Amino acid sequence: MTRVSEHLNQALHDLMEADPRVHVLGEDVSDPYGGAFKVTRGLSTRFGDRVRSTPLSEGALTGVGAGLALAGDRAVVEIMFADFAALAFDQLVNFAAKSTSMYGRPVPVPLVVRCPSGGNRGYGPTHSQSPQKHFIGVPGLSLFEMTPFHDAGELFARMFALGQPCLFFEDKVLYTRRMYEGGVVDDLFRYELAGDVARVFLDGVTEPDCTLIAHGGMTHRALAAMRELLLEEDLACELLVPARLHPLPGLPGLERARHVCVVEDGSEGGTWGAEVARLLYPRLWSTLRRPIGLISAADSVIPAAPHLEREVLVQPGRIRHTIAEALS
Amino acid sequence: MIVTVPTPAGMRNAPSPPADEDLELLLLIRHFELTLLRLFEAGELSGTTHTCLGQEYIPVALKPLLQEDDHVFSNHRGHGHFLARHAEPYGLLAEIMGREGALCAGVGGSQHIYHRRFLSTGVQGESLPVAVGVALKLKGSGALACAYIGDGTWGEGSVYEALNMARLWRVPLLVVVENNGIAQSTPTSAQMSGDIAARAAAFDVPHHRVTSTEVGEIRAELAPLVAVVRGDCRPLVAEFVTHRLGPHSKGDDTRSPEEIARAGDHDWYARYARMFPDPFDRLDRERRELVERIAAEVTARPPSVWEQR
Repeated sequence: MTRVSEHLNQALHDLMEADPRVHVLGEDVSDPYGGAFKVTRGLSTRFGDRVRSTPLSEGALTGVGAGLALAGDRAVVEIMFADFAALAFDQLVNFAAKSTSMYGRPVPVPLVVRCPSGGNRGYGPTHSQSPQKHFIGVPGLSLFEMTPFHDAGELFARMFALGQPCLFFEDKVLYTRRMYEGGVVDDLFRYELAGDVARVFLDGVTEPDCTLIAHGGMTHRALAAMRELLLEEDLACELLVPARLHPLPGLPGLERARHVCVVEDGSEGGTWGAEVARLLYPRLWSTLRRPIGLISAADSVIPAAPHLEREVLVQPGRIRHTIAEALS
Repeated sequence: MIVTVPTPAGMRNAPSPPADEDLELLLLIRHFELTLLRLFEAGELSGTTHTCLGQEYIPVALKPLLQEDDHVFSNHRGHGHFLARHAEPYGLLAEIMGREGALCAGVGGSQHIYHRRFLSTGVQGESLPVAVGVALKLKGSGALACAYIGDGTWGEGSVYEALNMARLWRVPLLVVVENNGIAQSTPTSAQMSGDIAARAAAFDVPHHRVTSTEVGEIRAELAPLVAVVRGDCRPLVAEFVTHRLGPHSKGDDTRSPEEIARAGDHDWYARYARMFPDPFDRLDRERRELVERIAAEVTARPPSVWEQR
């Protein structure tokens, strides 16, 4: 069994081994600490000064990564908590992303900015957010998110091949979960990969009652809801987990579902899920029987106390009840 | 450590005539900028522009101190920086006017140019961390990254984040500060507590203050310091005390006529015209006419096409 954090760590080792142009930068990424979530463990020992623990300067370290990329190298930048990506907003939006096109020709900026995101760990309002929505629709900026289905090494290769800066969200609750292998999720669910999208399904069900669309960090909560919906409400659900969040890849099979619901852990209002729905409406208009469902975290800061945090973030029970109600 | 090299005594009072090549470049930049303001008044230019009138000597002085493989980062007031780096006034004007032959297809305009290791951006202080990244890559190669900023740029946190990293990681970064005493409309005295030297010292980054406006003197002062940036991979802050003769952009100068006149006292153009009428008058006429031809030719070109999106 491989945990997601170990899998990411191995992918970074492989990446740096295979490509001497790759640098890793971030706060506390060097050994023996190896990053706040241990994803960079062992890299500085193996790869020396291609791995740099930086001062607490998210803006500048993102800019340094962009500079290395501009000069012909490749950079993986770690923002310790995705919340702090706000400190790098100018470098990401006004420099790295724009530089790919504002000079009148494509300029490659192979830069991956890793952002450990998400809550349910009691870290409180400034260390728990899923800030994907703030970066959607920036020309030249792509958003990816780790999932327990996708090979991280392939995702890194894919992001660098774009030649554009990419934000790579890694929901912190995933780190200790295992990577799924061999097309099997559990006793009920199977999965398959179609390009950037993982499709989780019940064997033999071709016309699900509901297809859920969720980002990687929502996977386990969505699966828990799907299990309850099946066993207790007799509703068969399918789940699509795109590793690329923006621009959104093609999502397979939605025309067959009775209901489509997007589930996300960002706070409601101007969200990734709303953008997914906007893209899907024209395509599904003739087959939709009801509005696309949208389940987001509450319009609230994320409290530290576990009982309060649970109320704000999206939990399996809320997914279950929302979908059951829509289909009742 | 603060490296302070005094200006050689005696030179200030008896400047030698600048080399024709330097004078030609100074005059090219001067007439280029004056032409932009004229084109604006005539309604031939859109958007905005920021001219470097009075500050032309800074990139001209730096020109031979920079190598082919150096990277230059510029800012909103970057036409002089560009012309001193690349002798491509047609391409630059085409970029500013959105005409065929533009350096960046007319997408970037006056403030966003990327051409042969010259890169400008329009957000204050944004380029310094990027320059540190490029310098990290250049480290050990003998090349450096040179970044032009202004006095106002020191209000941006990115400057300090970048200086800290540049010194910690010993990268070949030359920060050129064009301290013209005014940030858009706000005097430096109203927006900077302390001074630039002390700020550089706080990061253990050598600082050198240049008060001369003579390119020969400036080169003599800076050449050994720039060699240290290359050879020793130590960043340097070279602060030029300079004067902006024109408005921040166009027609937005709130300074009093007396104040503007005082800035004019430092103008190399008037000084050289007075002290070296030969060859000044001839070269001045030639460059003026050249820029007039460039403007006429570029104005007549068709609009630029953004093909490579």
